[in-house]
Amino acid sequence: MRQFDYKRATDTDAALAAHAGQRSAYLAGGTTLIDLVKLDVMQPERMVDVNRLALSDIEPVDDGRLRVGATVRNTALAYNERVVRDYKVLSEALLQGASRQLRNRATTAGNVMQRVRCSYFRDGISPCNKREPGSGCSAIDGHNREVFAVLGTSEHCIAVHPSDMCVAMAAIGATVEVQGPNGRREIAFGDFHKMPGDTPQIEHALEDDELITHVTLDAPMRDAGSTYIKLRDRSSYQFALASCAAIVALDGDRIREARLALGGVGTKPWRCQEAEAELIGAAVDDMAAFEAVARRAMEGATPFKHNAFKIPLARKAIVQAIKDAAARAGQGALA
Amino acid sequence: MSETTIGSAVARVEGIDKLTGRARYAADVHPEGMTHAYGVYSTIARGRIVSIDTSVADEMPGVIEIFHHDNFPKLHRSPASFPEENMVDELRTPFEDDEVHYAGQFVALVVADTFEHARDAAYRVKVSYDAASAAANLAMGREAGETEANRTERGDADSAYAGADVKIDATYTTPVETHNPMEMHATTARWVDGRLIVHESTQGVIFARNTLAKNFDLDPSQIEVHADFIGSGFGGKLWLWPHSLATCAAARELGRPVQFMLPRQNMFTTSGHRAETSQHMQLGAKADGTLTSIIHDSINSTSSINTFVEDCGGATSSLYASDALRVSHSTAVVSRGTPTSMRAPGAGVGLFALESAMDELAIELDMDPLELRRKNFTDTDPNDGKPWSSNHILECYDRAAERFGWAERNKAIGSMRDGDWLIGQGVAACNWDAMRNPCDARVILRPDGSATVHCATQDIGTGTYTIIAQTAADTLGIDIERVHVVIGDSTFPHGQISGGSWATASILPAIVGACKTAADKLIEYAAKDGAPMAGAPTDDLIFEAGVVKNGQGDRAAPGDILTPLKLPHAIGDFHSDGSPDDGYAYGSFGVNFVEIGWNPNTAQLKVRRVVSAIDAGAIINDATARNQVEGAIVMGLGSALFEATEYDERTARPVNNNYAEYLVPVNADMPALDVILLNHPDYHLNELGARGIGEIGLTGVQAAVANAIYHATGKRIRDLPITLDKIMDDTA
Repeated sequence: MRQFDYKRATDTDAALAAHAGQRSAYLAGGTTLIDLVKLDVMQPERMVDVNRLALSDIEPVDDGRLRVGATVRNTALAYNERVVRDYKVLSEALLQGASRQLRNRATTAGNVMQRVRCSYFRDGISPCNKREPGSGCSAIDGHNREVFAVLGTSEHCIAVHPSDMCVAMAAIGATVEVQGPNGRREIAFGDFHKMPGDTPQIEHALEDDELITHVTLDAPMRDAGSTYIKLRDRSSYQFALASCAAIVALDGDRIREARLALGGVGTKPWRCQEAEAELIGAAVDDMAAFEAVARRAMEGATPFKHNAFKIPLARKAIVQAIKDAAARAGQGALA
Repeated sequence: MSETTIGSAVARVEGIDKLTGRARYAADVHPEGMTHAYGVYSTIARGRIVSIDTSVADEMPGVIEIFHHDNFPKLHRSPASFPEENMVDELRTPFEDDEVHYAGQFVALVVADTFEHARDAAYRVKVSYDAASAAANLAMGREAGETEANRTERGDADSAYAGADVKIDATYTTPVETHNPMEMHATTARWVDGRLIVHESTQGVIFARNTLAKNFDLDPSQIEVHADFIGSGFGGKLWLWPHSLATCAAARELGRPVQFMLPRQNMFTTSGHRAETSQHMQLGAKADGTLTSIIHDSINSTSSINTFVEDCGGATSSLYASDALRVSHSTAVVSRGTPTSMRAPGAGVGLFALESAMDELAIELDMDPLELRRKNFTDTDPNDGKPWSSNHILECYDRAAERFGWAERNKAIGSMRDGDWLIGQGVAACNWDAMRNPCDARVILRPDGSATVHCATQDIGTGTYTIIAQTAADTLGIDIERVHVVIGDSTFPHGQISGGSWATASILPAIVGACKTAADKLIEYAAKDGAPMAGAPTDDLIFEAGVVKNGQGDRAAPGDILTPLKLPHAIGDFHSDGSPDDGYAYGSFGVNFVEIGWNPNTAQLKVRRVVSAIDAGAIINDATARNQVEGAIVMGLGSALFEATEYDERTARPVNNNYAEYLVPVNADMPALDVILLNHPDYHLNELGARGIGEIGLTGVQAAVANAIYHATGKRIRDLPITLDKIMDDTA
């Protein structure tokens, strides 16, 4: 760990000012940042602690949306009454992430900003285009089973975006509110995370010194059920091998509207818009239709040496998630 | 007088200290003026160091010294002799030369005023290498050659196999596993007037002392090794690793105390691991299930520094009767650090192969797998024909089978279901050695009626403190609260390592003997002039319930005797011997029954329940013994389903070197564990009838899981760990 400055900001403007002008990092829960600083992978000269900013509230918005402050802890968000009632998929995703201790620290914005778990990125020495652009990707021909993607990969990077929370948010639809030297702006959740392409070092849409202040969830879908299915080797405290967030709304015994997003398989939280459109009109018990949608969602997936199994595994997660979400919708549950 | 406590579930006597943080571990010791060391580790797996540039690091804040092969003091190697008790697996001393044998090898050691400064500077040490090609796994190592280490043969196993009615021929593989105790390795060393005082997280204070005596050419009496509390070791802390030597040497060079903590990621490289194995099993049997040939040829990875043989077939040669047998062990050099013992070394992976093959044989024979095991029971050790001192494995089979409900099992593959879940049930035998080694102990009786026990052993979290206290309390007839157990100090009477499942069987006889000797000393004092029973023939005096008694009903407490004589205490020293050579074979036995669920819709695998019956002699403490077996089963389930240290094939560097990605079971994975402890004393081994219990619970667990998975799915998985992708039907 290198020496760094530490500044505790008490309002957003002060945080932005403290962040400007040098290699800085905003410190919230620290569950990613501190690890990577200890490993010498991230080398901020300054950490700006944003935990004292007034960003820890969860507030309903008049249009039915829910505005979540940047420093709301994962645990608080998962057990929030509105989230449990209206966004079950998000609550379930959060509670299947990390461990209780980590969830008690980790924040909403921090989870949006979570870095990859690729061991070649984290070891500080292997060629890695995220850490050292142009040095190459060690994972493509390396050990690439657990935290490596089959969707959205490029010849420059194949690391999965590891967040569970973000997968649920991708399904729900959300807006990331940011504040920077040039004021406030909003970024659609689906546009926030970047696929690696030729520039895997660019992971998100934040500009220099910008700070996430809120993530506002779209209004819940009517007459919908939702769930998060996470498949992995052990039952807790492991990143998804494949996961699926599903929200299904019914019209009688037919699917009226559906949202699907995948984790563990994509280089970003992976919304499946084309596949979910094909669910519309399907009967709630039409397993063949669910399987067709799952195949559609995984079309074009690129397997690597150790992770080809993720393609059928993700299909299993999708089918199960649609089935369970539809069953919940049928019980009259809210999303 | 206290109740008899042996056998009951006495709570850990050190539990409060641990819960309240009073217990001091090796890195909790902070001598005045202490400095902190942090390693620089090789990024190549094989080759030479060309240069080490410390120019930037030298100027970093707080840096005191940076050691490497050009400026490190020359240390002596330990002979690595188990009988001499200076065993090490990593023969090479740190910074001996410019050679690199594995990725993650120490190439420099930074000493600074704080841990953070040392780590910061360590990242700035620039090392350049001349890299050579490295063997990243056992298969690559085998290409360069195999060396046979040993073989055991009975009859002509190949001919017997060729002529068998029914045959099984299969190869099983197991990956590298890393011990990963909660407490990382740590050393706090200081030199005082030419004496070396070390606080070390070790499973053997005596072995550590003797090894350091060789490294530094000192008399063992010039060294103190302390290990008051240890956050477990699983075998990884049996022998010293390079960081301990480096820390002690740095402290001597600098004339200041030095503390070193081995970071989690480097516990995957420089402090041993369970070797990778490939095991070729051939079983031949008659149509009625009688085994006619057992062949177990195994090979394991070792390092270019030392040959470590994983004793995969150790249990195979004596668990079942078979006139013909061959067990052989070979090694191949892989560019990794030297493997070492990990909980149930040998049988831990060996019984995965044997007990999987037995299941395959049972299926081939269309015979119940438990019946096949009963059929091949042997009441003597086939290795030497000696009768077992105490072997109740058949009772284990019966009782665990009944508890599990084995009779209700439908043997047809995939025939048992629970909703979406396919249910599978499997069985595998457990086996571990029962050993005893020489041990000394001292018991000090004081005027206040208390007893202090000294022994140079240690408690790695298994309950050693507690069972020593129970044994002393029962032998002396005093309350356990009056017994003070002080261990973990190499200056105490020679004690045993916490390993091999022999600590209990070795230490407790010495405790009993020392208690009786101290009581005899008190009797001798009681009859002296000025004492309460002056002039009494000592043969007429007895020690009972903490007091000396004579035939007339008089009683004299220790204070009544010692105080008038102005004596501080009565001391008893005792030496107990190793395993008796009395014509018996010694072993512990058991069985694990496992039920798994497999959901083909979601590729989820769950262990639903485990029933085990264990025959490990007399149980000294029902809570700590049960805890040992349950913990071993959990570790066995981890080995079956999750654990594997993965290496990059190009660089031979471990890639999952942290607690997030090296998977061990979590609470959510845990099934119901039902452990039956037979509790049949083995009085041939020692007067308490106790064997050991740390390891046996792990053996065979992976096979029981694999057998259950086969029962549910028809998939025979012969390569650990059994991850979901190995069971899934569609894999692309």
